[in-house]
Amino acid sequence: MALKHQPIVVKLCLLTAAMFGFGYALVPLYDVFCDLTGLNGKTSTMAATAEAAIPDKKREVLVEFIARPNNNMPWVFEPVVHKLRVHPGEIHRIDYLAHNVTGRAMTAQAVPSVSPGQAALYFNKMECFCFTQQHLTAGQQLLMPLQFYVDPALPEQFSTITLSYTLYEVDAVTPVTAQTATGDNNE
Amino acid sequence: MAKTSYLCWSLLTFLLAFSTQSAEMPLNMTQGVTEISQQVYSLHMKIFYICCAIGVAVFGVMFWSIIHHRKSKGVAPAQFHESTKVELLWTALPVVILILMAIPATQTLIAMEDTSEADVTILITGSQWKWHYKYMDHKVEYYSLLATPRKQIENKLKKGENYLLEVDRPLVIPTGKKVRFLVTSDDVIHSWWVPAFAVKKDANPGFINEAWTKVDYPGIYRGQCAELCGKDHGFMPVVVIAKEQADFDQWIAQEAATQAAAKEEEQKLLSMNMSKEELMALGEKTYMGYCAACHQPTGMGIPGVFPALKGSKMALEDLPAHIDIVLNGKTGTAMQAFGKQLSLSEIAAVVTYERNAWDNNTGDLVQAADIAKAQKP
Amino acid sequence: MSTVTTDPHAHAEHEHHHGPAKGLKRWLYTTNHKDIGTLYLLFALTMFFIGGAMAMVIRAELFQPGLQIVEPNFFNQMTTVHGLIMVFGAVMPAFTGLANWLIPMMIGAPDMALPRMNNWSFWILPFAFSILLLSLFMEGGGPSFGWTFYAPLSTTYSNDSTALFVFSVHIMGISSIMGAINVIVTIMNLRAPGMTYMKMPLFVWTWFITAYLLIAVMPVLAGAVTMVLTDKYFGTSFFDAAGGGDPVLFQHIFWFFGHPEVYIMILPAFGIISAIVPTFARKPLFGYASMVYATASIALLSFLVWAHHMFTTGMPVFAELFFMYCTMLIAVPTGVKVFNWVATMWRGAMTFEVPMMFALAFIVLFTIGGFSGLMLAITPADFQYHDTYFVVAHFHYVLVTGAIFSIMAAAYYWLPKWTGHMYDETLGQWHFWCSLISVNVLFFPMHFVGLAGMPRRIPDYALQFADFNALISIGGFAFGLSQLLFVALVVKCIKGGKKATAQVWEGAEGLEWTIASPAPYHSFTTPPEIK
Repeated sequence: MALKHQPIVVKLCLLTAAMFGFGYALVPLYDVFCDLTGLNGKTSTMAATAEAAIPDKKREVLVEFIARPNNNMPWVFEPVVHKLRVHPGEIHRIDYLAHNVTGRAMTAQAVPSVSPGQAALYFNKMECFCFTQQHLTAGQQLLMPLQFYVDPALPEQFSTITLSYTLYEVDAVTPVTAQTATGDNNE
Repeated sequence: MAKTSYLCWSLLTFLLAFSTQSAEMPLNMTQGVTEISQQVYSLHMKIFYICCAIGVAVFGVMFWSIIHHRKSKGVAPAQFHESTKVELLWTALPVVILILMAIPATQTLIAMEDTSEADVTILITGSQWKWHYKYMDHKVEYYSLLATPRKQIENKLKKGENYLLEVDRPLVIPTGKKVRFLVTSDDVIHSWWVPAFAVKKDANPGFINEAWTKVDYPGIYRGQCAELCGKDHGFMPVVVIAKEQADFDQWIAQEAATQAAAKEEEQKLLSMNMSKEELMALGEKTYMGYCAACHQPTGMGIPGVFPALKGSKMALEDLPAHIDIVLNGKTGTAMQAFGKQLSLSEIAAVVTYERNAWDNNTGDLVQAADIAKAQKP
Repeated sequence: MSTVTTDPHAHAEHEHHHGPAKGLKRWLYTTNHKDIGTLYLLFALTMFFIGGAMAMVIRAELFQPGLQIVEPNFFNQMTTVHGLIMVFGAVMPAFTGLANWLIPMMIGAPDMALPRMNNWSFWILPFAFSILLLSLFMEGGGPSFGWTFYAPLSTTYSNDSTALFVFSVHIMGISSIMGAINVIVTIMNLRAPGMTYMKMPLFVWTWFITAYLLIAVMPVLAGAVTMVLTDKYFGTSFFDAAGGGDPVLFQHIFWFFGHPEVYIMILPAFGIISAIVPTFARKPLFGYASMVYATASIALLSFLVWAHHMFTTGMPVFAELFFMYCTMLIAVPTGVKVFNWVATMWRGAMTFEVPMMFALAFIVLFTIGGFSGLMLAITPADFQYHDTYFVVAHFHYVLVTGAIFSIMAAAYYWLPKWTGHMYDETLGQWHFWCSLISVNVLFFPMHFVGLAGMPRRIPDYALQFADFNALISIGGFAFGLSQLLFVALVVKCIKGGKKATAQVWEGAEGLEWTIASPAPYHSFTTPPEIK
C-alpha cells in the first residue's frame, strides 16, 4: 500500500515546494512584468542612452515634476522647475534642490513613480540622482540633476506625464530595532 | 401569541425611534454630479436589471418545479439526466449576455481614462488619519482633518447633521473644469473616495496614482477613506466644495495670501514669548487635533501600539529629544514629522502641553524660537 | 511520509471490541477517518461560534452610531480575527471534516490513504488557532490589519502580534496542504474496483479539484506571510517603496492566493448540493459530465482573475479590461451549475426535508451572491462598490448562505449516517427558517448600505446609515441565536432518536448509503463491487 502511495505523495510535496517557490518568483516576475507593461509606473533604474532619439517637433508633451520627502524625512526636497513642455526626443535637464535641514549627516534615496504608469516605459532618464543614494552633511544643500527625454514612440493618447519622487531616509528602510539600524550604518 | 406581537410592536417602535434621529438614506448608488458618475450609474442599473431578469427566469422555473413537481402531488419522477443541446444552449446564452454587458463597461472604462491636460492639478496625500491637499499651480496646501468633535463620537454630545463626514478645511475645486487628482500616501495605503464623482483611487506609499473629475454643479460633496488604514480608518472623511470658476479664483487667491501671511507671521512670532496659559491653550487644541488619535486625550497611549506620554521619560526629562521627535518624527513608526504639518508656535505649544498636562508638571515652557533653533541648527 | 495504512490485525482487534478505544486517547491517537472527520467537524463548529461571537461584537458596536462598546483598535482586531477564523477555522476545516468522513465511504475505500498524516493535519489546527486567539491578549492586541493583511499596514505599522499571526497562518497552511495531499492520494489510489473517475460522486470530484487548488495556492500564502515577516523583522523590503519594493505587489501575491481560496470554499459546496438535490428530487443529477467540466474550468479561471480585487490600485486600462473579462467568464460555468440543479429538480418528485431546504436556499442565495459578484466584476461600477458594504454583502452571500448553508445541508443530510439516528425534523425546520429569515435581514440590507456609500471596516458611521445598521445588527443577533438550535439538534441526534436505516433517504444513491447507519467504525475493509 505504502509503495503505491509514495510516488504521488512525493510529486505532491514537490508541487507544494514549487508553488512556495513560485510565490517568491512572483516578486521578480512582477518586476519583469512591470518593466514590460508599466504596470506600476516605475521607471528604469538604469541610465538610458539617447541614440535613437530624433526630436519630434510637431508634438508637445507636458511633463510635471513632483517631489516629496516622505513622512518622517525632514529634508527640503523640491524641483527647481515644476513643469516643462517638451518635444518627444528632446533631451532636457532639470535640477532638484535637496536641503538637509537637520543637525546630522543623512543619506537618502529618491524613489520614482510615473503616472500614467504606461508612460514610464517612454520616459528615459540619462542621468538621475535617483540612480544612487544621496549623502548630505548637516545643513548641506545640493542641486541634483535629472537628464531625460521622452521617447517619440509615446502613444498619442498620453499628453501629460507626471514624474514623482518620494525621498526616503536610507537608514529608515528597515523599520526595526535600533540595533539593525546601526548595523546598516556600519555598512 | 400576544407576547410575540407585543415584541414585534416594541421592535417596530424602537426602529422608528431611530429613524427620527437620522437623515434619509438613499437605497441606490448615487447618480453623482459628473458625466462619468452618471455613466457608471447607468451601467450599474443595466447590469442590475439583467441580473434581475436572469434571476426571475431561473428562480421562476425553480419555484414552478418546487410547486408542481413534488412527491405529495403524486408525480412519478422523470429519469432524464442529460441533453447536450440544452447544455450547450445554457453555456452559449450567458456568453452572449456577458458580451452585451462587457460592451458598455468597456466604453465607460475607456472614457474614464482621459489623460488630456487638466485645468487644475491637485496632489492628494493620505496619512494616518488625514488628507493633505496641494494645489500644484498655486502656492496653496493644507491638511484636512475630521471636524466632528470627540464628544459627539463618544456620545456625550448630540451628533450633528454631517457626523463623521465633516472636515476642518475641505478641498475646493472649480466647476466645469477638468480637475486632476494625483494621489499618494505618506504611510499606509489609503483610498480617496467621493461617490458623487465616481472617483475612488488608492493612495499607495511611494507611488503616484491619478484620477480626474469634471463637476457640473456647485455644491458640497462628501466621501470617506475606503481602504483600511489602521485605527482611525473610519475617521478620515473627504469633503469637496465645488465652486464656480470666479468664486474659486477668489478663494484660491485669498487662500494663497493667507498662507503667505501666516508664514510671515511665523517669523515675527520668533521674537515673541507666549505666556504659559496661551501655550497650554494652543497646545491642548493642537494635541487634540493631531496627537490624541494615537496618544489618547489622557496621554496614556495604547500599550503595545502607541506609547504613553504621561510620565514618559522623554516628556519629563529629555527636552531636545522631545522637540526632535515632534519635529522630525521617528522613522519606521507611526510617529510622523510634524515639522511639515504644524507651525512653529503650534509645535512649541504642543510640546509645552505634553510636558505640563496629565501631572507631567515639569514647568518647562517651550517657545517658537526654541523650535526654530532645533529645526535649523 | 510514506505511511502504512492501518494494520489489518488491529482491525480485527477493534472489530472484536465492536469499536474504537475509549477516552481521550482514542481522539488523540486516532487514525480512523471517521474519528478525524468528527474532530474536524466539531472543531469547525467551535470556531464558527468563536468567530460568530466576534461578529456579534462587531454588530453590537455598529448597532448605533458613535463609539459605545469597543475602541476602534479592538474593532479592527475583531474584523480581522473574525475573517481569519471563519475562513481558516470554520469553513475550511468543516469541508475537510466532510471529506474525511465521506470520501472513503463514497469511493469504497477502507480509510484515507495516509491515516497518520491525517491525525497530524488535524491536531496541529488547535495550536494554530490558540496562537491566533491568544495573540488578542498581547499588549497592543492581536492582528488588526484585516484578514487581507495589506502591507505596509501589516509590516511597518503593525504591532508584534504579527509574528504570531504569521506563525499561526503557517500552521494552518501546513494542515490544509497535508489534508489536500491525503485527499488526492486517497482518490487516486483507493477507489474501489470499477469506480472510474467519471463514476465518482460530484462531492469527490469537487474535493479532488479543491485539493489541487489548495496545493497550488496555500504555499503562495505561506510565501506572502513569510515576506511580511521578513519585511517587518529582518530588513527585507518586498513591499516597502523606500527599499525598492512595491506595496501593490503584496496585493498581487495575496490575491493570487486569495481568489482560488474563494473557490476552495465553494467548490465542495457545489459537490454537496449536487448530492442532495438529486436525492430529494428522486431523479439523477442532470448533466453530470458538464458539472465536472464546469468545476474544472472554474478552478482554472480562478487563477486568472485575482486582480479584480484591486481595480482601484491604479492599474492600466488593458489590465483592468483583461481581469474584468476573465471574471465575467466565471459566470458561465457557475451558471451551468445552477441551471443543472434546476434541471435536476424539473419533473422530479420533490420532498422538502431540512437538507433539501438548505440546498434550495443555497441555490437561490448563492446565485444572488453570484449576481452581485458579476456586478463587482464590471470595473467602472466596481470603483463605486469597492470596499463598501456592497462587497461585504456579496461575500457573505457566497460564504454564509453559500458555503455555510451547504455545510449545514451536508450535516443534516449525513447526520443519520454518522449517528445512526434521525435528527429532529421539527427542530431542524425551525433552525432552517430562523436562519433563512435572519440571514437575509442580516446581509440583504448591506447591499443598500454599501450602495449608499458606507465603507467597510469602520467602527462608526454617518447618521444616514443608522436605521439600516440597527436592522442589520438585529438580523445578526437573530442569526447567531438561531445557530444554537443547531447545536441542540446535533446533541439530541447523537443522544438518540428514531433509528436510521442504511439508505436513510428514499432517493439516496451512492456507496455510503449501502452500509449500515451508524456507519461501522471500519467500513469497506473489502472493496465493494461497482456495476
